[in-house]
Order: sequence, then C-alpha cells, then structure tokens
Amino acid sequence: MADEKGVIRMAGKNLRPPTIEVTPQEYQDLSKLMTPKPTLAKNIIRAFIVGGLICAFGQLVINFLTLVGLERSEASTAATAFLILLGALLTGLGVYDDIGKFAGAGSIVPVTGFANSIVSPALEFKREGYVMGVGAKLFTVAGPVLVYGIATSIAVGIIYYFIH
Amino acid sequence: MNLKRVGNQTVVFANPPVILSSYSVVGPKEGQGPLGKTFDAVWQDNINGNTSWEIAESKMLEAAIQGAIEQTKLKSDEIDYMLAGDLLNQIISANFAARSVGLPFIGIYGACSTMALSMALGSMLIDGQFARNVVVGVSSHHDTAERQYRLPTEQGGQRAMSAQWTVTGAGSLVLAQSGTGPRITAATIGRVLDYGEKDVNNMGAAMAPAVADTILNHMHDLNRNPKDYDLIVSGDLANVGLALAKEVLKKSGLDMGNEFTDCGVLIYDSSQDVHAGASGCGCSAVVFAGNIMKKLTSGEYKRVLLVGSGALHSPTSSLQGESIPGVGHAVVIEA
Repeated sequence: MADEKGVIRMAGKNLRPPTIEVTPQEYQDLSKLMTPKPTLAKNIIRAFIVGGLICAFGQLVINFLTLVGLERSEASTAATAFLILLGALLTGLGVYDDIGKFAGAGSIVPVTGFANSIVSPALEFKREGYVMGVGAKLFTVAGPVLVYGIATSIAVGIIYYFIH
Repeated sequence: MNLKRVGNQTVVFANPPVILSSYSVVGPKEGQGPLGKTFDAVWQDNINGNTSWEIAESKMLEAAIQGAIEQTKLKSDEIDYMLAGDLLNQIISANFAARSVGLPFIGIYGACSTMALSMALGSMLIDGQFARNVVVGVSSHHDTAERQYRLPTEQGGQRAMSAQWTVTGAGSLVLAQSGTGPRITAATIGRVLDYGEKDVNNMGAAMAPAVADTILNHMHDLNRNPKDYDLIVSGDLANVGLALAKEVLKKSGLDMGNEFTDCGVLIYDSSQDVHAGASGCGCSAVVFAGNIMKKLTSGEYKRVLLVGSGALHSPTSSLQGESIPGVGHAVVIEA
C-alpha cells in the first residue's frame, strides 16, 4: 500500500490469504486504545517538587555566597557552577539517572540536568577513545539544545539591535 | 519435490531434529525475576569484569554456546555449523563469539526473532542432511542495546509506559539428527508486515500484526487450532503487543485462549519496573532454553509453539520517519 508520498509501506492489501482481518487504520486505532497513557499527573507533580527543590537549593547557595561577601551576580554564577559540578558528580556516581527516572523534566530542565546530558555521553563513549568517542559524542544529547538555544539568542539579539 | 513443505509457509520435518541440550546465561535483573531459578548461570553484574558492555555480551553468548556444547559430550568436530545472531550493528556479539568457538559460522539477523529463526534454519540444515549437529544461539544486552538504539545509560529521564526492557541474556541449543530430547517438528517462516507503527517505544505494537499473521498461517497450513498446543508463546511482544495480537487474532476468527502468552511478559514481574515487559533476542532464548525446555523435558508440556517476534527497524530508519516492520517466525517443539 502506498501512502500520499507514494512510499510503499504497509502490508495487508496484497498479501496472500489468510492474513489478519484488520486494516492498518483499524489497527492504529486499536493500538492507540490499548497502549497505556503516560502517567501525566504523577509526572507533573514529581517534576514540580524535584525541580523546585533543585532551584531552592540553588537559591540557598546564592544566599550563602552573598552572605560571605560575593556580589549578587558573582554569587549567581558561582552557584550555577556549583550545581553543574553537583549534577556531574551525581551522574558519575550513577545516581542522577535514578533521580531522572523519578523526577523526569524536574531534573532535566535545571542546569544539573544539562550537566547530566554532557557527562553521561562522556562516560558512555570513553571506550571508543577520547577523539571519536568522548570528543565526537559529547553533545549527542545536549547538542540540539545548544544549536537551537544559541540560534534563538542570535535571532533575538538581531531583533533587539533593530528595535533600539 | 516439495515433500516437506505444507501449505503456504510451513515446513514439517521428516526426521524431526532433537534438542540435545540447552544453556542460558543471564544478567542480575533477569536472575532476580520470576524465572531466575531456571537459568544455568546468572552474572553478578552486567559487565562481569569485561572491558566493555559489547565484549561482555559477546562473552555471554560464547558462554551459552560452550555450555550447551559441553552438556552434549560431542566433540567440536562433530558440530557442523554454528548459527547465531544478536542486535548489535553487524552482529558483532555473534561474530566475536564465533571467533572464539571456532566452528563454521552462519551469522543471522532477525532482530528479536533470531532465536526462533535459528532453530528453524538449524532444523532445516539437519533434516535436509546438510549437517549432523548444529549449535544455535543468540544474545542481547540491556546496556549495549540502550546505547545503540536509545540514550547513554546514565542519562536521567523517564521511559514511556509502553517501553520494553532489553534482556541481558544469551541462550543456546544443540540440535542433532538423533538422540534423546524434545524434537523440533515443524517451522513457519513469517512474512514482514508493517501496519504503520512508528513509535520506537512501542515495539510490541509494531510486531503484533506479523506475529498474528504467522500464527494464522501456521494453524491454517497444519490444519490445527490453538487447543492443539499446551503453550503458544511469542518472543517479546510484552503486555501491549500480546494484548494487541490476541485482539487482532480474535477479529480474524482465531480465539487464542489462555495458552497464549509471551516471554517478554514472563521473564520479569511487575515489581521490577520494566513498564510493558521485556524485549531483545535474549528474551525468548533464555525463557525457552531455561523454563520451557525444563517443562518439555519433565513432560509438563507435550507440544509448544514458539513464535519469535522481531522489529526490523534501525535508529536511522526511525529518525527518518519510517514505520517499523515486524516479523514472526514459529517453531513447533514436541516432547
């Protein structure tokens, strides 16, 4: 059976009988019905709690650093660096994937999740060498975020330049 | 001159090959599962002191094949072929295991259906008098599969509810012209069916139509019905795929009843947090070589239909938006 692009994809029409008496469309409806849905409410609540805890912890670090005499902006940068270190460390200890399984987006979105997305391929692909393994694969997960994050910031920068 | 072919897709062996021995090696998670006691060897961890997951998988397959051969007391020059396959690119686990075993080697790929496929092909070689004894074996490994098909193993995220957990395990059988043991009496080679499933986290749904098609044709070719079997077991449809296959077969006029289950449902229990169940070549291999072989030998099962299920996609085809073709290969084993 060819789809709208003319690609031959689905069997079922020209098969010698006997074959299953379900059309691809009927099957896809059936499959949608029988596939369990993501546990959205649970995932959202967990993501909110863990994501919130990570951010609150970051704020605590900032408060502590300003208390010991750092400027507000310096404290913020230092706290980010500290969270990245923590995310990397927990990935190396094999704990961050367990946190991620529990928290989902709650531990992916904060900067600790970004650290996890860099360190996990670094660990994974070390066996393929430092050049074609770690070097080439380091950004397999974070790469798209960087590409489109930086591209968006350039676009926003250009718009900002013309508005002002 | 088509004496052994029956119906459309089935071969019935004139001198059914004997399964002389079986051997299974699994990782710790499988060892802790409900079938843990039926496996011959359980590794303490997934790498077992090797330098990489890939080498570990290859060593696991090698251990399964050597284990099966040792039990038969056959000399290695009495085994004419080794048939093996796995899930990794260019089937390196099987290739590297074959390098150590040193037998004439036929590498095969049927994704997760490879165990049933190797049993069918091995039986054809023996019944066709091209071989006296054949060793067949397959492997899969959770971590090698994760890093090839999905994400780095330490990446923190949530799996879909329909996702399946790749079994770390290798199973092997020695098939022979004569001897004592269960016999492989017939095989139905499946057609590749694609009903448009594109979700790589729902492989059971991608494979279910092909498995159902193979079961229908098998019953049709041999003029049998599900009641003629003590057990009909698919390879790794898991919970979602098994339910879909049952429903599709029911709509096609075949009520499967309670004898129809799936290795991907049996190997883990619900407390092991695997979501829909298990997958991987090793899944049907170790469940058959362990649990099912024991029950065939003890006489609890008289006739079993094993339907290996394979999802024939690659990470590249999925990224390019292609749907997932599925296949099912069936073998009949009788005590």
